[in-house]
Amino acid sequence: MNVKDILQETFAAISVNKARSGLTILGIVIGIGSVIAMISIGQGAQNSIESSIESIGSNLILIMPGAQRGTGIQVSAGRGSAQTLTQADAEGIQQNISLIKAVAPETSRRYQITAKGNNTNTQVVGTVADYLQVRNVQIDTGSFISEQNVRSLSKVVVLGPTVRDDLFGEGVNPIGQTIRINKVDFKVIGVTTSKGGTGFGSQDDIVFVPLSTAQRFLAGDDYLTTISVEAADKNSMSTVQQQITDLLLQKHNISNSQLADFQILNQQDIVQTASTVMNTMTILLASIAGISLIVGGIGIMNMMLTTVTERTREIGLRKAIGAKRKDISRQFLAESIVLTFFGGFLGIFLGWFISFFIKQFAGVSTSLSLFSIILAFGVSAAIGIVFGYYPAKRAASLNPIEALRYE
Amino acid sequence: MIECKNITKVYKNGNTETIVLKGISFKINDGEFVAIMGPSGSGKSTLMHILGALDSPTKGEYFFNNKDVSSMTDNDLADIRRDKIGFVFQSYNLLPRTTVLRNVELPLMYAGVPAKEREERARASLISAGLSEDRWKHLSNQLSGGQMQRVAIARALVNNPSVILADEPTGNLDTKTGEIVLDTFQRLNKEYSRTIVLITHERYVAEHANRIIHILDGEIIEDEKNIKSRVVNYSE
Repeated sequence: MNVKDILQETFAAISVNKARSGLTILGIVIGIGSVIAMISIGQGAQNSIESSIESIGSNLILIMPGAQRGTGIQVSAGRGSAQTLTQADAEGIQQNISLIKAVAPETSRRYQITAKGNNTNTQVVGTVADYLQVRNVQIDTGSFISEQNVRSLSKVVVLGPTVRDDLFGEGVNPIGQTIRINKVDFKVIGVTTSKGGTGFGSQDDIVFVPLSTAQRFLAGDDYLTTISVEAADKNSMSTVQQQITDLLLQKHNISNSQLADFQILNQQDIVQTASTVMNTMTILLASIAGISLIVGGIGIMNMMLTTVTERTREIGLRKAIGAKRKDISRQFLAESIVLTFFGGFLGIFLGWFISFFIKQFAGVSTSLSLFSIILAFGVSAAIGIVFGYYPAKRAASLNPIEALRYE
Repeated sequence: MIECKNITKVYKNGNTETIVLKGISFKINDGEFVAIMGPSGSGKSTLMHILGALDSPTKGEYFFNNKDVSSMTDNDLADIRRDKIGFVFQSYNLLPRTTVLRNVELPLMYAGVPAKEREERARASLISAGLSEDRWKHLSNQLSGGQMQRVAIARALVNNPSVILADEPTGNLDTKTGEIVLDTFQRLNKEYSRTIVLITHERYVAEHANRIIHILDGEIIEDEKNIKSRVVNYSE
């Protein structure tokens, strides 16, 4: 019995009861389709998070203040509220560490901003000219804060696109207008290009002012909330991170690195952490979808068992005219594999359609990978074998005499 | 050539043993047309299963072309059935919703005969079985009982077996179509020298053979040889 014969027999058998075969296939279609859709949603989310992390800069190292950890009872304050980083630290990094391209100290806090009766509450970042390069900020119109602005404590502001839209309306050129931050007037000198991202992670709902101005007129102190450092290249990142740690420990007179009053985040670590989280999410989504795949597989098994019972006499006859056990089991196994393969094939289209639909109408980015398609095909074939094995074995082990007598 | 030596078959059902065949011995030569006759429960079906290599005897030896079949494995038995034996059943056992030709080709598929040769041989055996050609492309369930049984005979012939075993082949047919089927067997026996073993409970049917082995309660009670077989007279 060659492959062609087996396939012919299989298609003949499947087409005998089209409705039943169709419904059984539908179970697999839904299972495979949802697995593919879920993986594509998960991977899409992962890609968009990774790209939004990349958009905050390249080879970025972030230094943030943290309360000095000591022994005994500690009162934990929120991160960023601790006041341990100063301008001197930023300058120290700039002067002492060689493998860096630029350093951008910043102090940021949320303030109420008003302009012509419109008002919004947003993140106000006081920083220096290098911020543009370090954090990969693009200017849409006007200019960014200059070194001159910082030196002369200019009351100038660069708006993020969301803030511009909130205060002046979309498409309006706000350059030269005046806005009020915490009762201090600032002149708008530029608008940044949109970076995308939504909610709390938005890089667009933000305004920039000179660091010195922010410290003097808004915060009233000299502390920094973040120092962003751009390393020379990817390979030097961990070296730079170590050097900065050593330098700051020395400057802050802390001998034990466990008790550091600051925290250093490496962009690669952030990307890695986010990837790990998203991978877990993807696996979770796929596992939930996988349950429907298992249910589909049970449907296949159910149908195959019914078929074996229905065709008992036929099996008896086939055995009587010389079919061996392996001929019978191959035939039934082929039937279930063809069913699941067919279901898997359609399921890939369904999954592709769902992910396309979600991308188009729900605005969630999705990513359909070859890997998930191969996985789906493999899984559907495996389901055909696993759930078809028992019915096939049952068919093959029927006693021909009893099978021929079966009513 | 078929030779049974002291064939015994015992079925165990829990603690009760039923002895179905009690030491049966006989010999069937090539080219014979033999009827095995007995009432229901006499053990004739069990005997046919053993002759057809579907079952093995509990005790005794069964030689098929001088080969001992009684101790063969499942797979070897399947080979014997595939290459040496053609079955005709009371209830035809054709594959439903399948064409006549494909039904006849089925044994050749398991024998690994190439598709082209299969069709040629199926056509030849349909001609031998006397089914008119306009029916060959029909689905098996569109045929009458007599036609179905002739398809079954063609299927039994297609692998060119040493022996054809027919189990009550006329049981589901009316007298006239039964006659046609029995005539087909007679013709196959006379013209093609086929060895045929026919199992029946009807004297009338058995008389179409040249030899009648009577069995009762698992034993041979009479072996009528060289009987003048009843000639079928019908007009088609």
